[in-house]
Amino acid sequence: MADFAKRHSGVLLLALFVALLPLALPNRFYFDVATKVWLNAIVCVGLNLLVGYAGQISLGHAGFFALGAYASAILTRRFELNAFVAMGLGAAGTGLLAFAVARPILRLKGHYLAMATLGLGIIIFIVINREIWLTGGPDGTRVPALALGEWRLTRIEDWYWAAGAILVAAVALAQNLIGSGVGRALRALNGSEVAASTLGIDTARYKAMAFVVSAVFASLAGSLFAHVERFVTPAEAGFLRSIEFVTMVVLGGMASNFGAVVGAALLTMLPQLVADFQDYKHLVFGAVLMATMIFLPKGLVPSLTDLVRRRLGR
Amino acid sequence: MASFTRRSALGATAATAILALSWAGAQAQQAPIKVGAILAVTGPASFLGDPAAKTLKLYVEQTNKAGGVVGRQLELKLYDTGGDPRQAVTFTRRLIEDDKVDFIIGASTTGETMAMIELVEEAKIPLISLAGASPIVEPVKRWVFKTPHSDRMAVEKMYGDMRRDNMTKAAILGGSGGFDQSCRAEAKKFAASYNIQIVADETYAATDTDMTPQLTRIRNTPGVQAIIGCGFGSPTVVTARNYKQLGMQNVRFYFNHGVASQQFIDQSQGAAEGMRMPVAALLVGPQLAESDPQKKVTMAYTAAYKAAYNNEAVSGFGGHAYDAFMMAVEAIKRAGSMDKAKVRDQIELTKNFVGADGIFNMSPGDHMGLDIRSFKMVEVRNGTWKLLY
Amino acid sequence: MDEFLQFLFSGLTRGSIYAIVGIGFAIVYNASHVINFAQGEFVMIGGMAAVAITTKLGLPLAAAIPLSVALAALVGVALEKFAIEPARGASVVAIIIITIGASIFIRGGVEVLVGKRDHSLPAFSGDEPIRIAGATLQPQSLWVVGALVVIVLGLRWFFGATRTGKAMLATSHNRLAAQLVGIEVRHVLLASFALAAALGALAGILTAPITLTRYDIGIMLGLKGFCAAILGGLGSPYGAVAGGLALGMAEAMTGGYVSSGYQDAVAFAIILCVLFVRPQGLFGRAGTERV
Repeated sequence: MADFAKRHSGVLLLALFVALLPLALPNRFYFDVATKVWLNAIVCVGLNLLVGYAGQISLGHAGFFALGAYASAILTRRFELNAFVAMGLGAAGTGLLAFAVARPILRLKGHYLAMATLGLGIIIFIVINREIWLTGGPDGTRVPALALGEWRLTRIEDWYWAAGAILVAAVALAQNLIGSGVGRALRALNGSEVAASTLGIDTARYKAMAFVVSAVFASLAGSLFAHVERFVTPAEAGFLRSIEFVTMVVLGGMASNFGAVVGAALLTMLPQLVADFQDYKHLVFGAVLMATMIFLPKGLVPSLTDLVRRRLGR
Repeated sequence: MASFTRRSALGATAATAILALSWAGAQAQQAPIKVGAILAVTGPASFLGDPAAKTLKLYVEQTNKAGGVVGRQLELKLYDTGGDPRQAVTFTRRLIEDDKVDFIIGASTTGETMAMIELVEEAKIPLISLAGASPIVEPVKRWVFKTPHSDRMAVEKMYGDMRRDNMTKAAILGGSGGFDQSCRAEAKKFAASYNIQIVADETYAATDTDMTPQLTRIRNTPGVQAIIGCGFGSPTVVTARNYKQLGMQNVRFYFNHGVASQQFIDQSQGAAEGMRMPVAALLVGPQLAESDPQKKVTMAYTAAYKAAYNNEAVSGFGGHAYDAFMMAVEAIKRAGSMDKAKVRDQIELTKNFVGADGIFNMSPGDHMGLDIRSFKMVEVRNGTWKLLY
Repeated sequence: MDEFLQFLFSGLTRGSIYAIVGIGFAIVYNASHVINFAQGEFVMIGGMAAVAITTKLGLPLAAAIPLSVALAALVGVALEKFAIEPARGASVVAIIIITIGASIFIRGGVEVLVGKRDHSLPAFSGDEPIRIAGATLQPQSLWVVGALVVIVLGLRWFFGATRTGKAMLATSHNRLAAQLVGIEVRHVLLASFALAAALGALAGILTAPITLTRYDIGIMLGLKGFCAAILGGLGSPYGAVAGGLALGMAEAMTGGYVSSGYQDAVAFAIILCVLFVRPQGLFGRAGTERV
């Protein structure tokens, strides 16, 4: 038991935080913001496997997020499928797409990889914008509530718990994966891909795996988001949304699952914090991005833990 | 004499102080009425949201100076969406749950409004939209109203104008946003009843900066006599310029009322000459006959807006906000309190309200309340609006 | 036929702009191995600054052009100095986020200073369209294409005959060696950012009369310019020119003959296909990886 607690202390801490946070939330609007934080964090935990652990950049993950969101929207609304079936089909479809493009895309490196993932995301964005008959076009489409038979999930407080629970599960899953052989392989190829491959690690396979897992995480979060918001627009697939996701991961701290959650929390709340001085919101947002990357290149959580460790060590 | 003056001055000061104190006391007792606004103040639709925001600020201040409504002051809570429906949803939720506003004005665009409807219906808060497309109020939603003329009226006005000049073949050119889509659908639906044939249908993306491919295709369509422009914002300026570049002046160009701003004429740099559009009376206030019932309202609004904002030209979009705000204020006065359900009922009972957009007659079956007669047809001539009829 | 010619003109104009933006990417990449995602913002700064200078200060366009270009170059230098240099040694991802942060910051600044509306500049030599074999061309398009030609010739001279140009070239080939032969690499970096910014601003001023300008036009232009640079093989200014022109043509032809809705996707679709087949770009050399 003690061993279990030790190994999973981080996950337990997160679960505790999710459980206690509502005590500090003054009204439903804050529940809504917190729910969005959990959903973004799910994407980031997945993306972190790819960016933080495997060391591969993606500037197109909003595309996968939007694919999930639109799969849920379209399949439940137009084809009247069960919401959970739609979510599953969306995740499967997104996973397949990611699998199909993973090998050719991940053969690329550095800026070429950035360009290719960016291009993929933007093409998804444009298709969603253009296929109006299916998606409703640039101004988006409505999404039915998450329902199973008679039961409907609509209250934001309930969503808070659902999204929080899924996030805890996602983090636990990611922690497990990282602790396993897969995680060691990923970290090895992040260090040096050539070295990893000479050690007999099938680097292409592990990179593709991280890519597909992160895409599926994004798709699932997108589906949930669509049902929470009950409305989805192509902006979810936009370039800036992709940047937001990567920034959340890097801001919180790469190769740290809790960093990903912290990064998601900060960037999700920032637009709400600056909403009152809206004329300066871009200025502030841009400055925050630059400043954190310059002064805390390792991200918040690793930089802070380093600091704490150094203090304690002294 | 001197002492008399001093004494009366003293008396006046005391009286003012007492008045001010009692007024402040009344204020403290009554919390302000919270007016929520969701507007596209920045972004590609800023030409819609910016004048609307200025108008709301101006008239909330004026109303407060005049003592407020039903004895309460007004407090404006305004959020900028940048024209993004996703932001509109987030901020609507914030207005409802966090700011706890009493009614909402907005959004600026059709897409944003459509995204907000479900939230306000659920929260039972009156919403007056400033967007154009008819699906906002058709079918009627209990808590949702709108002030601008609908896209259908715009299309019908254009078709009526085409028939006056015996034109029968039209092309549609528009974007893919909510308003554009609705306008395009209405244009197709009503073409037959005016004996108009749609011979071409071209689309652009909101970010396109070159419409020559689309316009070339329309130009090469045999028999085309007029173009129905379904869209707003920067693409329409580019369209006007490319239209001139391609020498297409023999094909008449109609734009909808969402394009009618001085900004459009200025930026087109002469290319808008001869283009026609249906507009609300506000835009041609000075050209209205003295007997026109809207003359007084439009001139007063124009004077107030110009005085407050450095002589900036008025646009119909500020007028939509004026009408929405004034109608809500009137409804609160009639309801006698800021009870959301009562105010909603009173907005629905609005009769003969003379606004910048026209004369409103709301009913349970019509949450816009304008008719096509208050729509004016104008043509761009010499860099300004010429009222045709 | 006149149809084809019309689309050709359209493609040439767009392509020239992408090419100029692409050259900026290439120059910066050569000197610093940084992909500057704020490159599109310089195009915006050029146009918006010229608008502000002519309308708010009342200066003639002829004075506004050099002033705007200089201003953009200054912003470019500041970007290198205050955002890129302090982050030396940071990962590719971090640098990408810094430049994206910079682009959002610049956009926000212009939004506050100049406003959110569309703006336009008067065409340099009137807007009476030129008719050629049934197709029409805005005179301003000739300015854009002409500028591209001048820029290409200018760069040839700059890299071939000037000390600064040669220093830049040397740095791009081997930074360490350049340092050893006494080239001040830091100055080379600053110069390359200034040059790229100035070129972008010039493109922005030239196109403002055709496409309008607004505080947020830089995003898409930047991405298309990045496409042009990648298509041409990163780090080759002349490759970027070819890439830009090819993308412009492909867009216009798609818009004219296939579907006007998918124009924007063309550039990215081409890029994906090219990268799948030739990961080093159309004109790039296949590199060997140093371990």
